[in-house]
Amino acid sequence: MATIELDGAAVTVDVPDGERVILAPTTLTLTERRIGVVGANGSGKSTLARLLNGLVTPTSGRVLVDGLDVARRGSAVRRRVGFVFTDPAAQLVMPTCVEDVELSLRKRERDPGRRRELALAVLERFGLAGHAHVSVHALSGGQKQLLALAGVLATEPSVLVADEPTTLLDLANTRRVAELLFGLEQQLVLVTHDLEQARRCDRVLVVDGARIVFDGEAGAAVDHYVASATP
Amino acid sequence: MSGSILVGVYQPGETLLHRLPVGLKVLGLGAFSLTVVLVRDVRASWVFLALALVVALLARTRLGVLARATRVVLLFAVFVAGLQWWFYGRDKAVETLVDLVALALAAVVLSATTPVNAMLDALVRWVRPLRRVGVDPDRVALTFALAIQSLPGTVALALETRDAARARGLGRHPRAYLTPFVVRVVARAHETGDALHARGIGDD
Repeated sequence: MATIELDGAAVTVDVPDGERVILAPTTLTLTERRIGVVGANGSGKSTLARLLNGLVTPTSGRVLVDGLDVARRGSAVRRRVGFVFTDPAAQLVMPTCVEDVELSLRKRERDPGRRRELALAVLERFGLAGHAHVSVHALSGGQKQLLALAGVLATEPSVLVADEPTTLLDLANTRRVAELLFGLEQQLVLVTHDLEQARRCDRVLVVDGARIVFDGEAGAAVDHYVASATP
Repeated sequence: MSGSILVGVYQPGETLLHRLPVGLKVLGLGAFSLTVVLVRDVRASWVFLALALVVALLARTRLGVLARATRVVLLFAVFVAGLQWWFYGRDKAVETLVDLVALALAAVVLSATTPVNAMLDALVRWVRPLRRVGVDPDRVALTFALAIQSLPGTVALALETRDAARARGLGRHPRAYLTPFVVRVVARAHETGDALHARGIGDD
């Protein structure tokens, strides 16, 4: 497993009346295979997730993945850390499924013929082989999210960060995507509102008011979160 | 109409047109377009149209795709032809109409037989010599891909925003849907940027 370290990492933004804290200084070392992140809307979960692959850089402190500084070695870090967003529509760039996966593979495989073979193999793995030449816009929400995952995992990152990947999906697709995520060899950092998923993690962080208020075993963490959300 | 934009035009196949190199097809389309525009004769126009149809048949392009893609052009062409009838007479009007339809058909056949990635690979090859003057071929190709893909996405956003405005009973007032529409398009652009960034696309 990769080692993800946050060393006093904090994110603040300037607002007209001073400074707003998006994430208070946080120090953590993540080495577990399945790490869950739960918390209220706007609590800072997404920012925490985005720090891990340099989509957001800390305004103070450092984030290291396998010793690589995310702020300075961004592209090297992103080769190791894949990222899946809530809304798959925004991350599907190419017209057809196979072409979207090929886009991820452009760097790794220069030969178009072999690139296509690789992309088709990836689609096969995600149960999308029958949709290879279908427009990405013609897919259902669940299929879109599977394709987005395929596009990200095609490059074989060692860590996958998923920011509420099942929030927009129905129950059947939620389960399907969850099975896929929990079946991965990769280290997984899963931001979720799905407590069933959170309970399956090895370690869960509870984020509230821009800071981590609980960090520990999944059952206890989810109980803490549920208790904090009960009026 | 939105449906036709939302679904891609490319149809996989093994016809001669599918197997031709992209460069040849693009050059062919270019040469065909020039000829159609330069030859000023209504009889020739019918020949061009017949030629475009034969090519479409060779490529086994589905009739539905041809019809959908030419419908928009046809509207425009009829309008232009109407004006020309008024100014220059019938022959000129017919020539313009038939020429435009022939060009549209030829263009649709290119899109229907060429995957976007093949087009992008060709583009990267052609732009490569410009690397010496600081042009990044992959970035140029990506820009084209994004431009192509943003069209259906933007249409989908427009429809959603319009429906949302209707659902709230805001009716036809442009402000009720234009403002949220523009905001959402910009937000989508940011999300797409993040997604590209996350996928390491455009990283050097």
